Amino acid sequence: MRISQINNPVEVLSKGGVVYVALSGDILTYNSESALKKIADIVQKSGQQIKFMPDGLGSWDSSLILLIYEAVRIAKDKGVETDLSKLPKNLQDLVKMAFEVDRKPEHKSATGGGFLETVGRIVVNLCSVISNFFNFLGAVTLGIGRFLSFRSIMRRIDFCAALDDCGPKALAIVSLISFLVGLILAFVGAVQLQIFGAQIYVASLVTVGMCRIMGAIMVGIIMAGRTGSAYAATIGTMQVNEELDALQTMGLSQIDFLVMPRLLALILAMPILTMLADFMGMLGGGFVGVFIMGLPYQEYWKFAINAFTLNNFLVGIFHGFCFGIIIAMCGCYSGLTCGRNADSVGVATTSSVVNAIVWMIVITGIITVICQEIGV
Amino acid sequence: MSAPVAIDVKGLSVGYGDYVLLHDADYQVNKGDIFIIMGGSGCGKSSMLRVLTGLLPPLKGEVIINGVDMINGKVDDIQKIREKSGILYQSGALFSSMTLAENIMLPMQQYSDYSAATMRELAGLKLALVGLKGFDDFYPSEISGGMKKRAGLARALALDPDIVYFDEPSAGLDPISSHNLDELIIELNRSLGTTIVVVTHELASIFAIGNNSIFLDAASKTILARGNPKELLKNPPNKEVYEFLTRGEKK
Repeated sequence: MRISQINNPVEVLSKGGVVYVALSGDILTYNSESALKKIADIVQKSGQQIKFMPDGLGSWDSSLILLIYEAVRIAKDKGVETDLSKLPKNLQDLVKMAFEVDRKPEHKSATGGGFLETVGRIVVNLCSVISNFFNFLGAVTLGIGRFLSFRSIMRRIDFCAALDDCGPKALAIVSLISFLVGLILAFVGAVQLQIFGAQIYVASLVTVGMCRIMGAIMVGIIMAGRTGSAYAATIGTMQVNEELDALQTMGLSQIDFLVMPRLLALILAMPILTMLADFMGMLGGGFVGVFIMGLPYQEYWKFAINAFTLNNFLVGIFHGFCFGIIIAMCGCYSGLTCGRNADSVGVATTSSVVNAIVWMIVITGIITVICQEIGV
Repeated sequence: MSAPVAIDVKGLSVGYGDYVLLHDADYQVNKGDIFIIMGGSGCGKSSMLRVLTGLLPPLKGEVIINGVDMINGKVDDIQKIREKSGILYQSGALFSSMTLAENIMLPMQQYSDYSAATMRELAGLKLALVGLKGFDDFYPSEISGGMKKRAGLARALALDPDIVYFDEPSAGLDPISSHNLDELIIELNRSLGTTIVVVTHELASIFAIGNNSIFLDAASKTILARGNPKELLKNPPNKEVYEFLTRGEKK
């Protein structure tokens, strides 16, 4: 066989029961699929030996090693001999090394398995998550008990830093978003109310909406994304840096040291932020009513004040209080259960926000039903 | 007469869930030893340290430190032993939101009745001991990796521990910083009589500081050798230990 007859860098020919694999020119990032298929077909039909002919072989990379490795594997499977003797020495060594690599995984793969095994694994994981969460809940309850009985090792400076972060530093974003939500609520309401000539009731709509639920929910969502995620990322990074191990080996309670300052700060800040959101939302509604819809300022104010009830206000504040607990718990729990790599911190951060929002909606539903039942 | 035993490990199996890293390990660390836990990557050195320090429950076996059963003993007794133990983690594990002095003062605040001024003085003293005099008000992010390890060591020494554990102290350090840390470990052992347990695979450190050791083997999941590392090099009990201590030379 003459190389001059060959056009492709890898040519597979069969002669007298021998499969010749002629290699020529540069073989770089070569897709060996069709060549291997041809080798397999010939070996299946009539092959007794595979011979590699590297005359004129130029530069090559891992794709050639893979081609030879797979060809030898096919030959071995079919009990056919391979002749690598004409290949360059370094190429022979690399192919030999490829066979020395143990490709068997040391552990059983976590994926796969039958339906029952998959269901079983999901149930076991779920039980473990639920059990961990209740352990955490119990530990936090004990932490609150220690705090109330002045036995907590919580540092005052950590509480002040957490309060500063979720209080004064959150004022601007909460004010802006709440103002805009009030504004949107007023616009949407105005379009419908104008049909009945009752646009003055925009004031009532915005006041009731913001004070009873929307103010608290907007603050909750903002704080879950801003503060809850920061808690998860901070504590998760401490896990990666072995700081949580250091705390544990020093015998310092992670709950007292990390969770309590953040939980108390949010419990304190959330109702105040909710009040601010209520006010800013009403201001946004007033802006639309007075400056865009042209309603008299005094009228708007009168309707807003009439719609404002203590019950609605307190329900909103209670929502804020509950959301504070939820955000702090979800953020800290995600951080404390974070893995020991950068990717896990990302996962913990995301799960803290998602869990907080889901739980806030669930709690809102529960509070709404209870309020309905007791007539508040 | 041999020195009293500080750590007594009996029939210890280490692993995660069903996966066993090491089984039925028995060894003793004498008071005042610089004890090396060595072996190749993945043999369970760091996991062994996590078991000794109470971060990982063992699959089975006993860990007795200064006469206290650290697995099944009374919580108060275990806590007292922990208070008298210091750990230097690979990364230093300093709390990033605190200054170096605050990091060192933290265990003192928890376990001592010192006044704030005394704790501050002591923190400065511990920092001076590890060559970081004057760095009291620096944050961990403002110092180098080697300095972080030294500061971590100062924190580990905060309560004058009986035993100090080191997890890969040379990891990520340049040869000179690594040598200086080795010198510091020897000095601490000599001047304070502290028992030191070091997990490492750095040969230079092993020979420089170790006077007793165990060699863990990933393949057999057992302790393959024990004794002074220099003696093990002179009379290697098997080819795995010889190859490890000679950086892969074939016997």
